[in-house]
Amino acid sequence: MTSFPWLTTIGLVPTLGAVAVLAAPKTREQAAKSVALGTSLLTLVLTIVACVRYDAGGSRFQLVESHSWIPAFGVRYALGVDGIALSLIALSAVLVPIVILASWWDAEDGERSVRTFFALILVLETMMIGVFAATDVFLFYVFFEAMLIPMYFLIGSYGGAQRSYAAVKFLLYSLFGGLLMLAAVIGLYVVGNQQLAGSIGSFDFQTLVNIHITPGVEKALFLGFFIAFAIKAPLWPFHTWLPDAAAEAPTGAAVLLVGVLDKVGTFGMLRYCLPLFPDASHYFAPVVITLAIIGIFYGALLAMGQPDLKRLVAYTSVAHFGFIALGVFAFTSQAQAGATLYMVNHGFSTGALFLLVGFLIHRRHSRLVGDYGGVQQVAPWLAGAFMVAGLSSLALPGLNSFVSEFLVLVGTFTRYRTAAVIATVGIVLAALYILLVIQRTMHGPLRAGLEHTPDLSLREAWVIAPVLAIIVALGVYPKPLLDVITPSVKATMHDTGTTDPAPKLPVAQEGDK
Amino acid sequence: MSVLASQALAQLAAAPAPSPVPASGSFSLTVWLVLLPLIGAAVLLLSGRRADPWGHLVGVAASVASFLVAVVLFFSLQGHAGDERSIGQHLFSWVPVAGFHVDAGLLLDPLSMAFVLLITGVGSLIHIYSVGYMSHDAGRRRFFGYLNLFVAAMLLLVLADGYLLLYVGWEGVGLASYLLIGFWTFKPTAATAAKKAFVVNRVGDVGLGLAIMLMFATFGTTSFVGVLGNADFVSSGTLTAIGLLLLLGACGKSAQAPLQTWLLDAMEGPTPVSALIHAATMVTAGVYLVVRSGPIFDLAPDARLAVTIVGAVTLSMGALIGCAKDDIKKVLAASTMSQIGYMVLAAGLGPAGYAIAILHLLTHGFFKAGMFLGAGSVMHALDDEVDMRRYGGLRKVMPITFVTFGLGYLAIIGLPPFSGFFSKDKIIEAAFDKGGTSGWVLGTTALVAAGVTAFYMTRLMAMTFFGEARWAKGAHPHEAPSVMTAPMVVLAIGSVCAGGLLVLGGSLQNWLEPVVGQSVEVGAHTISPTVLTLITLLVVGGGVAGGWVVFGRRSIPVTAPAAGPLVVAARRDLYGDAANEALLMRPGQWLTRWLVWFDGRGVDGFVNGLAATIGGGSARLRRWQTGFVRSYALSMFGGAALVVAAVLVVRL
Amino acid sequence: MSPDWWLYLSAALFSVGAAGVLLRRNAIVVFMCVELMLNAVNLTLVTFSRINGDLDGQIIAFFVMVVAAAEVVVGLAIIVTIFRTRRTASLDEANLLKY
Repeated sequence: MTSFPWLTTIGLVPTLGAVAVLAAPKTREQAAKSVALGTSLLTLVLTIVACVRYDAGGSRFQLVESHSWIPAFGVRYALGVDGIALSLIALSAVLVPIVILASWWDAEDGERSVRTFFALILVLETMMIGVFAATDVFLFYVFFEAMLIPMYFLIGSYGGAQRSYAAVKFLLYSLFGGLLMLAAVIGLYVVGNQQLAGSIGSFDFQTLVNIHITPGVEKALFLGFFIAFAIKAPLWPFHTWLPDAAAEAPTGAAVLLVGVLDKVGTFGMLRYCLPLFPDASHYFAPVVITLAIIGIFYGALLAMGQPDLKRLVAYTSVAHFGFIALGVFAFTSQAQAGATLYMVNHGFSTGALFLLVGFLIHRRHSRLVGDYGGVQQVAPWLAGAFMVAGLSSLALPGLNSFVSEFLVLVGTFTRYRTAAVIATVGIVLAALYILLVIQRTMHGPLRAGLEHTPDLSLREAWVIAPVLAIIVALGVYPKPLLDVITPSVKATMHDTGTTDPAPKLPVAQEGDK
Repeated sequence: MSVLASQALAQLAAAPAPSPVPASGSFSLTVWLVLLPLIGAAVLLLSGRRADPWGHLVGVAASVASFLVAVVLFFSLQGHAGDERSIGQHLFSWVPVAGFHVDAGLLLDPLSMAFVLLITGVGSLIHIYSVGYMSHDAGRRRFFGYLNLFVAAMLLLVLADGYLLLYVGWEGVGLASYLLIGFWTFKPTAATAAKKAFVVNRVGDVGLGLAIMLMFATFGTTSFVGVLGNADFVSSGTLTAIGLLLLLGACGKSAQAPLQTWLLDAMEGPTPVSALIHAATMVTAGVYLVVRSGPIFDLAPDARLAVTIVGAVTLSMGALIGCAKDDIKKVLAASTMSQIGYMVLAAGLGPAGYAIAILHLLTHGFFKAGMFLGAGSVMHALDDEVDMRRYGGLRKVMPITFVTFGLGYLAIIGLPPFSGFFSKDKIIEAAFDKGGTSGWVLGTTALVAAGVTAFYMTRLMAMTFFGEARWAKGAHPHEAPSVMTAPMVVLAIGSVCAGGLLVLGGSLQNWLEPVVGQSVEVGAHTISPTVLTLITLLVVGGGVAGGWVVFGRRSIPVTAPAAGPLVVAARRDLYGDAANEALLMRPGQWLTRWLVWFDGRGVDGFVNGLAATIGGGSARLRRWQTGFVRSYALSMFGGAALVVAAVLVVRL
Repeated sequence: MSPDWWLYLSAALFSVGAAGVLLRRNAIVVFMCVELMLNAVNLTLVTFSRINGDLDGQIIAFFVMVVAAAEVVVGLAIIVTIFRTRRTASLDEANLLKY
């Protein structure tokens, strides 16, 4: 490997920054925050450079690095990105500086020091980049589990009143899934070992894709991976940790939790479950699709019934993850590209919602929807930003989520018609839960006690403006992202041995002119 | 259907849709039609309070500029031969994924041109009117921002060259409508009405969305050229399904049964909004959709029949509701529902009706927008009073409003030579000409409803402008300022002349022919046109007379008197809301509450229960830990003995 | 002499030690019984070393002795401390380290 180790650098910079932040003396906390912000911005710049160096038409994995780690088991420190991983790394790199700026004053009364808070966020960034960049299944598993630790402390030390309950619940759920996955990882290694005669076995993703597994074992291994990812995503009925964790977490951590961490679940389904266990994936697809559709409606209805703003946003995510899982398991390139795009878009739209809800809660010190009303009259910019974020969440055409949601639905429609029809009805509920919360908080007569609610401060405006800009930009012109995602999705489709259903009537492609 | 007709239809269908000519020269301006108001909206909404003093001017300028571009394009388009009047402007590749390629591109053809002129023309007039109407409102800049947003979205809707981009405009106008209905957000009724409009529209959008998916699954593309040009290679079952789904979409946007309930509530918005969005333009998008998708409906007679039924049912419902309402805007809204019902009915008649539907749409755009503005002028004069029982005798104090409104009134009831006559009469005629039982039923419905229309519009005129004054105390009605009356006058002129001009020498029909095909005379006339016109005029005359006798000659009580069940039903919007509430809202709320309980107690309860079980189990298990060293020693010996025993057993 | 006898002897010693650990209350006696068991094991190890003809068993026996010596130091210290605070060395009196 003579080329520059881009991915290691991107992953390592935040950790170095975290060390620097921790090393800062207690009296220089403000400087420590600036260091944290600077580090995350540096990571963002490096990520942008890496994105530029990525060639959408090139080989499947790029920017690869590979070093022997545990030779006895053939474990390698192997990194590399395809379009799916790259877009999610970019999502993390964009969100972290925003989160740091948004959390500027959020850690002051936590159980641990302010410096620790920002250091934890930076460490989390390293883990997130690592988990997406790993191409060695064992390395992936290591990051997958290690990611929990900073998040556990972020929730447990800086969260709301119920923080320790939420943090422990989050940890136990994730560990449970992680252990199932560990078993499956070992199983996969053993199966691979039997087939790769003469060698010491391997955890390399691309090697493992090509091995043949007997159907029964394949199903068991699939379930090991899938349940871990379903808990992480979360899919119905493994979702109940999310509302607690997201509601109790400080705003910034909630954004990263729902915006990026949960994506590891759906990313894993697309990247690991499908190519490694194609037959089992096909076998279980109807079950997963059923769960996904239940999730879409269940999340939407519960969002409507939530009196707590943060829980409400968390439940909308349950519905959105339903769409993503639906797209992943529809086995068409449109649906899978849509699902990948959805992961990125959801990071931004739900991230924006969490941030704005956080701003709102910061003003009134209440998470209850009922304590708000008529905010639009006193804080029009805040209300306007909330509206845009909400519209993105309900997938209004012209904003980012629409493209992804429609791709998921149209891709599903070509293979699983009934499922797509039912899921489409879910968009009505999406409109309802978003508009209901907007009506209850932003519209109507002004609630007593809110008369002097300040509008967005300059810092808050700087936090939310880039997210909203991305939301609009990706809705109008998603092509650059889709161009990166599509070849990788096609490769995944190839691994699963599936082709898109042809239209009944093949028409010359108007789009190609 | 006669053999002749099906042959004609087959010929129509066989003609492939013309491929659009790439835009060049002045046609490259097409994109600016959308961009100008969009930029206007962005400037107004993002510049904040500092733009308050001049914001409305930017709004008006953006809309008028768009109208001027439209006029330029119109004349350029006229310079082309009929077959080449379809201009495509490719903008950029929007959603390219494997086999799914959607480009952002615009299509300017005679049909969209007609809409563009209506939208920008009437839109500009209403912008100008709003300068006066909203002059005292603190949120005027925001209002103009939303109006510009609406114009941009509506133009995108009619200019899109494929169904997916149309869908963007489709939901875009829904958003603008939501924002404008709920413009006075501090009013809970307005906020609720806005939400309702959006959600009901979303139900329709599901239909449109599914139609697009089915198109992709069938044709592999969603562009108009790809879908409409290949419609005749597809089984009629699929086409019927697409048609019905499109109809669902149209029902939502155009407030047709059974998705009509939002329109009456939408009157919570400022009156110019009602004029522009909920009368002249947005609500007619459904008609546009059906006419645009003509090649699909041509080959799916069952879907067409459904369209006509929806139209007929809605036009009757709207007419009935219009008779009972006391709120002037709700009467006009009900009348809008009813008139769009006519258009949908006409569009459902197939090639015979497309041009007529568009004709009625255009004339309706003039007279209904004019009447809404007139209503706004009246409300403006009477401190936002909407109850017609509080009006009366206004013709003397508001002469310009009276005259312009009156001309609109004459147009809507269909008196020759006012514009409504030409369009509505044709629809009734075409409905009868459909032939068969369905033709008779549809024709009779349309005919009777024309009489009812005359009745309730006469009632409105009588209660508002005639009779004694029943104004609230302290009201001093006055004529509106000229910035408001001028647009009303222009629209009134349109209500008088538009119909005649558009029909003269079949001008509109010829103009639209490249898109909707030749208007086919289906079979023989069921009733001769002259006779039918006379009958229609008689029915209308009866309606007018009835309205005048009941409401013009008698004095009007200030509170609504008790009435029979039919009137009560009409006052309550024919129980549309009650049905929604009983069938959807209540069960939905119940389900939500139950699910919240279930999630906490069921799903989460299971998990927490599991945790509690494990916790309880370990609490019991720890009792083994007695603290006595010797018991531990015993268990160690026991364990060791077991291991030894196990080893021995395995050995043996 | 057959090495078996040594094994029988160590088994006997081990049993005596085990019985003492299980049955006696006095901490000192229990402690001595533990030592007896350790030495019984040492004897076994050395015997096996002899049987196999290598030094492995003897080396392990030395390890055990070292560990036992260390254990005696710690264990006696604990017992002495317990005796000082409670005036008794009975094992049945010391059960604080429980659930």
